[in-house]
Amino acid sequence: MRGLGEYLPAAVVFVLGIAAWEAAVFVFSIEFYLLPAPHVIVASLAETWPVLIEAGLYTFTEAAAGYALGCGGGIVAAMAASRSPAFAGLILPYAIASASVPIIALAPLAIVWFGIAQGSKIAIVTLMTFFPTFIGTLRGLLSVSPDALHLMRSCAATEWQVFAKLRWPHSLPYVFTALRACTTLAMIGAVVSEFFGGPVKSLGVYIKSTASLFQTRQAWSAILVACALGLVFYFAVTIVERLAEPWRAGRDAA
Amino acid sequence: MRSLSKTFTSQAGVTEALADVTLSIAAGELVSIIGPSGCGKSTLLRIIGDLAEPSAGEVSVRGKPPRQARLDREYGIVFQTPVLYDWRTVIENVRLPMELAGRPRAECLTRPATLLRLVGLDGFHDHYPWQLSGGMQQRVAIARALALAPSILLMDEPFGALDEMTRERLNAELLEVRRETAATVLFVTHSIAEAVFLSTRVVVMTPRPGRITRIVDVDLPEPRGEGTRALPRFFELVTAVRDALQKAGA
Repeated sequence: MRGLGEYLPAAVVFVLGIAAWEAAVFVFSIEFYLLPAPHVIVASLAETWPVLIEAGLYTFTEAAAGYALGCGGGIVAAMAASRSPAFAGLILPYAIASASVPIIALAPLAIVWFGIAQGSKIAIVTLMTFFPTFIGTLRGLLSVSPDALHLMRSCAATEWQVFAKLRWPHSLPYVFTALRACTTLAMIGAVVSEFFGGPVKSLGVYIKSTASLFQTRQAWSAILVACALGLVFYFAVTIVERLAEPWRAGRDAA
Repeated sequence: MRSLSKTFTSQAGVTEALADVTLSIAAGELVSIIGPSGCGKSTLLRIIGDLAEPSAGEVSVRGKPPRQARLDREYGIVFQTPVLYDWRTVIENVRLPMELAGRPRAECLTRPATLLRLVGLDGFHDHYPWQLSGGMQQRVAIARALALAPSILLMDEPFGALDEMTRERLNAELLEVRRETAATVLFVTHSIAEAVFLSTRVVVMTPRPGRITRIVDVDLPEPRGEGTRALPRFFELVTAVRDALQKAGA
């Protein structure tokens, strides 16, 4: 495990960044409705936190549900596709191309299909997280070295044993790389979908409506909550990753 | 004494990898196959191990086709690289073939430890592969290949990627392993000294398409050890193999 000292440089940068922001607002006398100073945002947060927590949980539920569906579906689909490498080779280019499709553009349509409430947001997040997970998992499952497969073959391993004892553990680092990236996508998908409409008690709607009223400090404090939730999500997945791959502990440092 | 016979003619696609290779190996022998790169010696080993198909000809391993021998788990294989599974500790890697074969739990606990002692890795059971040196990783691979007490050990340039010192030490250890197990060993190498030191016979192959040009019987006194490399007979045999390789156009 890494020592706390390793995080010190990052902490220093954080403090310096906040100080520079505070100083810039003061020195250039920037109006608070354009860019509020950090201490103003914190003060606003202290006032409005009960509303923000509720909105944050609402939005986070969408992100987490869509993430579970999209990532889960992506992993299962990749497992199915990997059973036939020829089939996988056929659809992989399309899966990769789908990464360039701005799925968020479907958000207004999703509202038509799945309603203004959480359903449409979950659908967008599911779509956004499905393909990266599918591609990452499939790459992992198919990138097993020929000799590792020969070893299995020479032991007369069954198809299931090859999957459970070789392909799946081999693909875990690929899967978790995708899962980590998808935490960010899930938060973006949930918040931005809400910009197109949703209940008042959601982060996206809150940010949009406060910003349009030039209540910049409230908008910023909601953005801060979204950031915090995104970070918590990301680190939760990182912790699961470490538990799932004990053999990598200390390896990256070595 | 069971006798193995391997007879096959093979050509892979447009390029002929192997042509009319006929060879029979008796049980308990250690036969080295030596030849220039690309002469198809690895291909030969893979055909015997049922990891590749011959385009013509046939192989018989203890009276069975290779596929049957593979399904009966007659083979232990050591590749040029260790091919250890990163996510398994050393002892779990050695245990893998036993898990795949569904061996009894008690045996799965004791035998890997015995094998690791045999290859001199007693204190490393719970290390992960990345924590070991190349030579140690290859020792784990040898222990794993022995896990199911195979009747045939196929070794594809197992020490080719190691430095000279480590290679000589592992050569001596392999002789020891052989004394402990009764396995027949087929050993692909490009080192003349290694082939002579280890083998009962050295099979010399020509460049592509691979043919057997000469088989050198190695009549060095047993048991072999550090002194073996200093014997005049050792040098004569090394010279004989080298001449055969040169005549083959290597």
